[in-house]
Amino acid sequence: MERPLVLKLDHIDKDYVTGKIVVPALKNVTLHVQEGEYVAIMGPSGSGKSTLMNIIGCLDEPTRGSFELNGKNVLGLKENEIADERLNNIGFVFQTFQLLPKQTALENVCLPLVYAKVSKKERRERAAKALERVGLADRVDFLPTQLSGGQKQRVAIARAMVNNPKILLADEPTGALDSKSSVQVLELFQKLNEEGVTVIMITHDAKVAKHAKRTVYIFDGELGDRDLSQDV
Amino acid sequence: MLENIRLSFQGIWSHKMRSFLTMLGIIIGIASIIAIVSTIQGTNEQLMQNVVGSGTNAVDINLTQGSADNTLDFSWNSVPYGIPVLTESIREELLNVPDVEDATFYVSRTYADGIYYLSQSLQGADVYGIDSHYFDVNGYVVRTGREFVDSDYKDFHKVAIIDQDAASTLFQEESALGKTIEISGEPFVIIGVAQPKSEFEPVINSIEEYYTYMGDDSSTGKVYIPYQSWPIIYQYDEPQNVSVRAADVKAMTTVGKPCAEILNSYLRTSSSDIKYRAKNTLENVEKQQQINQSTNQQLIWIASISLLVGGIGVMNIMLVSVTERTSEIGLKKAIGARKRVILTQFLTEAAVLTSMGGIIGVIVGIAMAQAISKMAQVPVGISIPAIIGSVIFSTVIGVIFGFVPSIKASNLNPIDALRHE
Repeated sequence: MERPLVLKLDHIDKDYVTGKIVVPALKNVTLHVQEGEYVAIMGPSGSGKSTLMNIIGCLDEPTRGSFELNGKNVLGLKENEIADERLNNIGFVFQTFQLLPKQTALENVCLPLVYAKVSKKERRERAAKALERVGLADRVDFLPTQLSGGQKQRVAIARAMVNNPKILLADEPTGALDSKSSVQVLELFQKLNEEGVTVIMITHDAKVAKHAKRTVYIFDGELGDRDLSQDV
Repeated sequence: MLENIRLSFQGIWSHKMRSFLTMLGIIIGIASIIAIVSTIQGTNEQLMQNVVGSGTNAVDINLTQGSADNTLDFSWNSVPYGIPVLTESIREELLNVPDVEDATFYVSRTYADGIYYLSQSLQGADVYGIDSHYFDVNGYVVRTGREFVDSDYKDFHKVAIIDQDAASTLFQEESALGKTIEISGEPFVIIGVAQPKSEFEPVINSIEEYYTYMGDDSSTGKVYIPYQSWPIIYQYDEPQNVSVRAADVKAMTTVGKPCAEILNSYLRTSSSDIKYRAKNTLENVEKQQQINQSTNQQLIWIASISLLVGGIGVMNIMLVSVTERTSEIGLKKAIGARKRVILTQFLTEAAVLTSMGGIIGVIVGIAMAQAISKMAQVPVGISIPAIIGSVIFSTVIGVIFGFVPSIKASNLNPIDALRHE
């Protein structure tokens, strides 16, 4: 069954200019992701996967090509409009969790809802529900320093999910975790995906990528269905 | 916004020492301003209190030459031509001036010699020839003996009322009543001792204030005789001086001029610089207050330098804070915070920091003012507008000096910010 596209990247180029030298980071990248997919973007370091993630996450703009998010062209939008796209369509999960250290798990999860101008009462309710969804109902008032790595990452996932984004975008989500916690986090992604969440995960680890339903490989800025790094 | 304020307090609390040191410049600046304003306000209130406290609201209108300070003295001079004798009808005219409650005419000699009781002399006393309104207008009462009665005036009785100073010099412990004193060779019987209605003593902090309240009154005592008896010892038709009582303290500045104009309209002197001029204590006090006020302003400018330095300190620490929290800013932008949100957050932090500094500064300033007041024996008046103004001003400093760091924070590129360790 053909489902609507939440992400449509066509012929994307990204060049970095240092002085007079132009370094191409992405070359003619085309990637379509349907709603409810679980896609892993895999590649070694320096392959351009972070650049791709930044573009998908609306943190950076491609030099050439077209980019539609949830059916809307997001290139050339004003800064505030792009911030709104990130707020409403993307849920970020970072390798280093990026939790605010002075705030409780619940307050960290509330943050996107603050920017979405949700009332305080509703914020707390929704954040508590999100924490429950990731299995941390009993840790709402804990500070990040009181949580394990895996728990921190689950708080970050709850934060990413709380505003019901179209895409959960995870950048090396298990990179800073031990194997047990990694498994828990990956199982959580799987569970969320089964509940209908579109997950795009960026990783260099084939074992991690295996959890996704579809894996695309990136090497030297080019996207392919095969792991070209193995040929080198 | 409330959330931002809460977060700001959290931030300040988590860096207590640093926040306090940052606030210190603001605290010192605001504290100095409050201390300065409070002491000057206190002094000014005291000055006004001195005028109000004397309670007489009397305005003197004297015949002067050249300026209001140069009262004509006829001890040795002949009376100039064309100066009218002030009559009851002129007094009625004065009473018609708005806010004039009462008026009195009198003649006087300062530093009069030739006052004796037996061999005891009263050197440097003032002698007044007064009408029946004089004591009332000038706030005196006769508590011992009696005041002058109609027959004293009509029949040229040689009777006198003296004040406490004169009584104690001439008679020491004895009662003055009924004693006969000599004024310029003429015998006068003491019928009463006058004293001020209220025992108010102005608080005097400086030589300027002394002259304001005491004028050139350094007399050793006052002797009052009926106006009609004046020519017995001094000259006929000596020009009279005038005192009017204003309805209230504020009116003291307004009644003098119209009264002087009325009196001047009767002047027929050939010399144009001889005029009735109002001597206005309140005006002098207000001048004094204005001088204080301008000193105040200069001191505030100096104290403001401390605020400027404090503001730069705030800017510095906010820039450090932005650098420290780069990844936090990156995260917030990544999860959808608009530029404005970041800007507001940092501006709020700076404003909260300086406002707290302002509030602490106000408290320290009030304490400083109280301490100064205790040590230097000067009064203190806490000015509510100054307190509110200071706190608002410190907030504004936060916004101004927090602006550059906040702009820097809000312009951070989220990718770079997230990568920042």
